[in-house]
Order: sequence, then structure tokens, then C-alpha cells
Amino acid sequence: MKYIKLLTSFIFSVGIFYVLNTKLSEAPPLGKFLNPSSGIWQNETDESITGEISITGLTDKVIVHYDEYMIPHVFAQNEQDLYKAQGYLTAKHRLWQLEFQTYAAAGRLSEIFGERALNYDRTERRRGMGYGAEQAIAYMKKYDPETLSFIQDYADGVNAYIDQLNPDDYPVEYKLLDYKPEAWSPKKTALLLMYMTKMLAGYEDDLEYTNVLRLVGKENFDLLFPDFFDITDPVIPKDTDWSFIDVPQTKLPDSQVVLDTISVTIEKPHPDNGSNNWAVSGEKSVTGNPILANDPHLSLNLPSIWFVMQLSSPNHNVFGATIPGALGVISGFNQHIAWGETNATRDVIDWYKIEFNDNRTQYKYDNQWKEVSIRVEDIKIKGQENYKDSVLYTHHGPVVYDKNFKSENQKSGYAMRWIAHDGGNNQKTFIQLNKAKNYNDYVSALQYWNAPAQNFVFASTEGDIALWIQGKFANKWEGQGKFLMDGSEPENDWQSYIPQKFNAHTKNPDRGFVSSANQHPVDENYPYYIFNDGYETYRNRVINEFFNSKDKFSVQDFKDLHNNNLNLKAKELVPYMLQHMDTSSLSTEEKEIYREIQAWSFNNDIDEVGPSIWRQWYGKLYSMLWDEFEAQDMALTSPYTYQTIYLLKNHGNHEFMDIVETKGKTETAKDLFLLAFKKACQSLKEIKEQEGNYTWSNYKGTYAGHLLQGLPAFSRFDIPIGGDRNIVNATSEDHGPSWRMIVEMTSPPTALGIYPGGQSGNPGSQYYDNFINDWAAGKYYSLNFLPSNEVTNTVIGTQTLTPASND
Amino acid sequence: MTKNIINFIVTILLAALLSLFLPWWSVMTAALTTSICIPLKKVAVFFVPFFSILIFWATYCFMLSSANDFTLAKKISQLLQLGGNPYILILFTGILGGLAAGVIAVFGKQIVIFSRSK
Repeated sequence: MKYIKLLTSFIFSVGIFYVLNTKLSEAPPLGKFLNPSSGIWQNETDESITGEISITGLTDKVIVHYDEYMIPHVFAQNEQDLYKAQGYLTAKHRLWQLEFQTYAAAGRLSEIFGERALNYDRTERRRGMGYGAEQAIAYMKKYDPETLSFIQDYADGVNAYIDQLNPDDYPVEYKLLDYKPEAWSPKKTALLLMYMTKMLAGYEDDLEYTNVLRLVGKENFDLLFPDFFDITDPVIPKDTDWSFIDVPQTKLPDSQVVLDTISVTIEKPHPDNGSNNWAVSGEKSVTGNPILANDPHLSLNLPSIWFVMQLSSPNHNVFGATIPGALGVISGFNQHIAWGETNATRDVIDWYKIEFNDNRTQYKYDNQWKEVSIRVEDIKIKGQENYKDSVLYTHHGPVVYDKNFKSENQKSGYAMRWIAHDGGNNQKTFIQLNKAKNYNDYVSALQYWNAPAQNFVFASTEGDIALWIQGKFANKWEGQGKFLMDGSEPENDWQSYIPQKFNAHTKNPDRGFVSSANQHPVDENYPYYIFNDGYETYRNRVINEFFNSKDKFSVQDFKDLHNNNLNLKAKELVPYMLQHMDTSSLSTEEKEIYREIQAWSFNNDIDEVGPSIWRQWYGKLYSMLWDEFEAQDMALTSPYTYQTIYLLKNHGNHEFMDIVETKGKTETAKDLFLLAFKKACQSLKEIKEQEGNYTWSNYKGTYAGHLLQGLPAFSRFDIPIGGDRNIVNATSEDHGPSWRMIVEMTSPPTALGIYPGGQSGNPGSQYYDNFINDWAAGKYYSLNFLPSNEVTNTVIGTQTLTPASND
Repeated sequence: MTKNIINFIVTILLAALLSLFLPWWSVMTAALTTSICIPLKKVAVFFVPFFSILIFWATYCFMLSSANDFTLAKKISQLLQLGGNPYILILFTGILGGLAAGVIAVFGKQIVIFSRSK
């Protein structure tokens, strides 16, 4: 009996220890997670912002002043210390995010989540994310050891923070997922930059277009996906003189499209990723100073993608939004200039069909066989054996699709040609922009920028405004890269690059302003071939019309424009639909909704019902119209909004208007308007029954989701903000202005900024999401640009980082 | 009765001390030690260390969390589907610690009985 009691109680003890100490399926190990001495209760605190901290590797003291927004103002005695401090402070406030993003970039999520992340990881690796990051590091080693040494300084700073952490201090997410931070390295910075490149300029539909082309033929394809729309309001003004360009476009070879059927394609970045930026000249400004604004539209996440800092060394003083993992300020200003970015809509990814020999060691090229090189991706999986994926590399790039991944062809595959694999020194652009004093410095900083292609807006205290569309662009032949190409024909390779000085740009244009909103970069007169999917056609026109509407603009006008909710696409289609729709069959309820949208003035404000009706109506209309593209057995894409609306209004009897399902009946645009309207009314009725009403804020329910698959407890829901995609205030459900900045070029500049989040990455801190309400209300914070390390009344705490003594 | 109180107090003190060096299972170590050194009888064997650690953990959690307006406790309570109520999370945490302590104290008691009977 004694034995049994002893044994039973022992087993129970071991059992409870095991249960509380082990991560079981989704739940964290509860004993570890909840105990007050080292569990999450230790994270129930704001960050410390006073005292002295000694840091190994610093050469001199670094003063860090915090203001009421928890923005660190960093004053270092030299640049090395500055980037060390940046790394240290970023880790201090955002460690988990900093590391998680690079795990995601590298395709290492299986290490944290187990096998369910394997498909994601394989995709990222086959995309060549790690390969691209290694190319970037190799390039810097060879051509720019200085930048690499700054990146090493940043890594040292991050590691100084990690090294002094106890498990008690790990951010909540580590405790939740039961793992710990690893050392930071320069490669992680390169991976982060690859991640940004993928997110911002990784969208393309080449393989989908190939399927569409085969399905509908060339004539229809060109109608659905034209190179230029019937209207263009490009980034670089139409009247720009290109006569200085003396390198011609690559000659068109006699190339044939490869009309393969591609069943599935890899995941793409979200199409709502986009941005606005603009600047007005001194003549067009009420105060006589140029004013500049930027608002990148990205996924609304917590912790926010941006971390705002002031970074100062004896040689420069810069302020603005940083991205955890990258050095310097990404969108911001210094004493002399201000700058910001939007995505440049350029096609920087192309696809080649590869034919292998029998044992897949060689591939056909120029009527010969060329060696394949193999990169083995060794993917660690939590709780399981590693997965080894051999990715074949050609001179084009990685063969993403082959018999081992999303394809069944034994002897062929599709290789990706992506400018981001070429290596480069994008980090240097930011380091130089941070220090730039004038237009020439800005242009010189941009030359290092390869990818992602961006529209860099610029304004200076000297009075210049400018905008360069910068990236490394292939000089393509007409039509090159729109569809899958034959990888064995040398003529299909990228033949050369557009010389950087011929990248489209504008400086102090006559119209007195520059702007970009992801629209067409240039009009037909630019002498190089330009094609991209998904040109914006609404925000750009609203912005440009605004700046053409009067002579002088103030900071208030800039705020109003950021918060402008005009839904131009609805304005261009709704009156037409209302006019042409046969309303005789509408029920009383439907007539009520009809009256509601009729009364709408096309602003997507939070209390309106019009935007919700529009969303429903247009959404139903769109899927009815493009029902032809719903074939299940291949990857397809349907036309973009502008061309859809254009076709509805101008080709209302085209064969595409017909609903395929209804045999013996041929629908026209007019019929679709009514059918879609009735369906929309049905949905709206259901929403009303379930939710009480369908006002826009209720319907849209904007939220900022935690980076960990939107973990509800760490996310913010039902944020009351208007706008939508294709609207200047581009806030959809989960995307929107992730950083709003307005800088007036006084001397020194005065600036406003805000973002939907908070400076802290700790869900237990009041600074985790404290900007969100003000952001939603369209408010801004004035950014305290401190001229020196003197304490001012805006400083709420000062922390000094001191060099650790060697003993 | 006095033994119960002594065990109760020593368990808390020992747990607090050990938690400075050991991970969460410091409370199990503390309860095991006191159950052997200050053996109790009947239900007290389980309940004294149970309440001892429950009160220790719950008080500690409350002190940390109330100083920060329960910001994180509310979120974790939601995360663990405890309705977003921080007090329930505090109680839940205390019970977990108490259970671990109580169960291993029963084992400690069995060791004492076993070794005496030899």
C-alpha cells in the first residue's frame, strides 16, 4: 500500500510538472507562462526611460531623451555609436517583432510554429529570400565595407540588449510560444530589406496573365489589361521633356510567348500595399516654405511596422520613421531636407520556362546545355526532423516551380528573375539620405537603390522639390516580361539596364508640386518599355486635382488631403448605374437602399451608408462580370477596377458582360447593374439583421491585428476611421496609412507625424497602441525635433548609454 | 494547528527565496521541502501548501498588475479565454501554483511515511 501511495503521488507530481512546463498544442506552458516571478506578469510594465546602462562596444556616451510619445531622441558622439544605439533601442522596444520579421523573411517560421508553417517557409526559400540576402551581404563586403560595418554596429547594439536579458524579461510573445531570442547578425538586416522588397515590389501576375492570354486571346487581353488606360495622370508630369535620353529601348526580338497552363502560383503581397507622397514648392505654399507629406499604406499591425526615432551624431541630425532591422530613418527629415517613399509600379520580376535534361542537372540555353546549381534549403521544424528542399538555380534565378513544388512537370520548371537577387546596397541610400543637405546629396544617395523600386519625394530648406522613380530597371523590349518567357532563348534575358540617370524624375516642375500614389510612372512618351499590374488611377487624380485647384497650400490643406475620403471610383460609376438601371422591379426595401445610395455624396465617412452599399454593389457586380475567370483548375486574375468600370461604361454589350451560367440568355452591363444591386440588397439586409446597421465604420470594422496571426487579445478592433482602397485616406479593413508625416521646410523643419500603433512592442505597455485613437480621428503629433542634447520641457526621461569598461 | 501555520509561512518564505534563482517550479521545490521538514496531517498536507502558494502567487501578481492598471492581465485573460477579467487570471494563476505545490507536498508526505516505516 505504501508503495502504491508513494508511486501514485510521485506520478501526480511529475504529471503536474509536465503539464505546467510543456507547451501543449496551442496553449503556452502555463507554469512558465503565468508564474509571477518569470512569467508574463513580469511584462506588466512600461519601459524604463531613466538611469544609466553600460553597453559593450560603445566608444562614447550616448544620451537618449524620451518625449511623451515614448519617441527616443538619440545623441551619439559618432556614427558607429549611433547605429549601435539604434540597434539597442530598437531591440529594447521591439525585440520580438524585430526578430520575428526576419524569421518570416528567411522562411524559418516552422522553427516556431512547427509543420503548419512549412509550406510558407518553402515558398519564401524558393523565392530566394535567403539567397538574395546573401547576395546583398556579398556585394557590400566587396564594394562597401563601410556600410557593412555600420550594419555590424547595429547588430552589436541589438546583441548587447539580448545579452543582458534574463528569461524573465523576454517579450510576452516568446513566453507564449516558448522560445527565446537568438543573436542578431548583418544577414538579418539584409533579410529584412528583402522582406520589404517582397512586400512592396513583389507583386506581379505574369503567370496568371499567361493563362488569361491563352484563355481569351490577344485582342481581348489587350482590352482587359492595357499598357495604358484611356486616361493617365502619371507620377512624372506628362509634359516632361525626355530628349536628354540617348540610350534606346531594347529592340523587339521575334519572341514567342510560352502558352503553358499554370495551375497554382505562390502567395503574393497584399494588393492594398501602396502609398501617397507629395510636396509643394515655396511659391505654392502659404508660408513660402515647401511642404512635404508621405503616408505609406501597409498592413495595419501591432506592433506597428514603424518605430519613430531622432538620430543625431555630430555630423547630422535626422528624425522620422525607422523600420526595426534597418539602419537610419526611412521616411523623415533632417535640418536640410525631407523625403518619403511610395511604391513605384514597375515590373521587376519575370518568369522563364526552364527545360531540364533527364536527371535535372542541366538546362537548355542557347541550343546548348548549361549546368544547374543546387541550393539545399535546410528547414528546421519544431518537434520534427528537418525538411530539406533542393532548389535548382539557373542563370535567370531560382526555379521556384518544379516537380517538387506546385508543378507536376518532371522535366521543366519556372525560374524567377528578380532584381532583388542581384545584390546591392540599398541600406546605403538611407544612411546617405539621413545626412543629405540638398538636392545633389539626395540624387547621389538614390543611385545605390536597386529594389524595391520607389518614388522618392524630396523637399529642401533651399526651396527645391523633386521626385525620382528609383530602382534598377531592366531595359526591356516592348512587352518583355508581361508573360512567361522561354528561358532557353538568350533574347528573352534582360539585355541591359536603364542607365540610372535616365530613370524618370522631375525637379521643380512648373506646376509647383510633385506627387505619387502608385499610378503610372510616366506617360507613353517615356522612351522605355513600362508595364506593371495594378496601376492606381484614383488617389493620384484626387491628389493632383486638389493641387491644381488653388494657388497656395497650407499644412492644414495637407492634413485635409491625408484624411480625404472621396470615393472617386464610386463617383465615376454610381451615377451611370443609377441612370441606366431598370428600377421597375425593385421591392420597397430595395427602393429604400436605392434612395440611400442616390443621396450619397461619395465620401467614405464613418457614418455614411453609401460606402457600404457601394462595396456590396460593386463587389457583386465585379464577380458577375468576371465570372469567366473563375475556372478552378488554373491560376487566373481579373482586370483592375479602372478598366472594369471603363468597360462597363463603354463596352456594355461586350461578350464578357454575359453571365456564363445562364444559358440561352445574354446579359449586358445594364442587366448586371440590376442583378448585382438586388444581390447587394439581400446581403445588406442580412448585415442589418445581424449587426443592427451597415454604416461604413460598422461595415468595414478596421482593425490592427497583432503580427502573430492577428491574435485577438493583442489586436485592436473596430477602429472608427473612414476611407478605403483607392481613396486618398486608403484605410481598408486591415490596410491603411501606416505612417502619416507632414514636414514644412522651415529652418530647421517643423514636422507632424502619427501612426496607428505605439512605440512599445509590449502589449502590457500603455505605449503599445496609444496613437490609434488620434490616428483614426485624423490628428497628428508635433514631432519634437531637438536641436541638441539639451533637456527641454518636452523630455519626460533621459537614459544614458555608457561604454562598458573592459574589466 | 501551529504546525500548519509554521508550514504555511515557511512555504511562502522559501518559495519567495527560491524564485529568485529557480524557474516557476521553485514553488514545487519549496512545498516538497516543507512537506518533509514540517510534516502535516490529513487534508492539511495538501491544502496548507496549496493556499500558501495560491496566496503568494496571487498577491505577487496583484502587486505587479495593479501597478500597471492590469493592462496586460486583461489581455492575457482574454487570450486564455477567461473573459478578459484580470482578477480571474490572478486567481487562476494562484490556483495553478497552489495545485503544483499541494500535489508535490502529498508526495513529500508519502516519502516521510515511507522512510519512517522502514
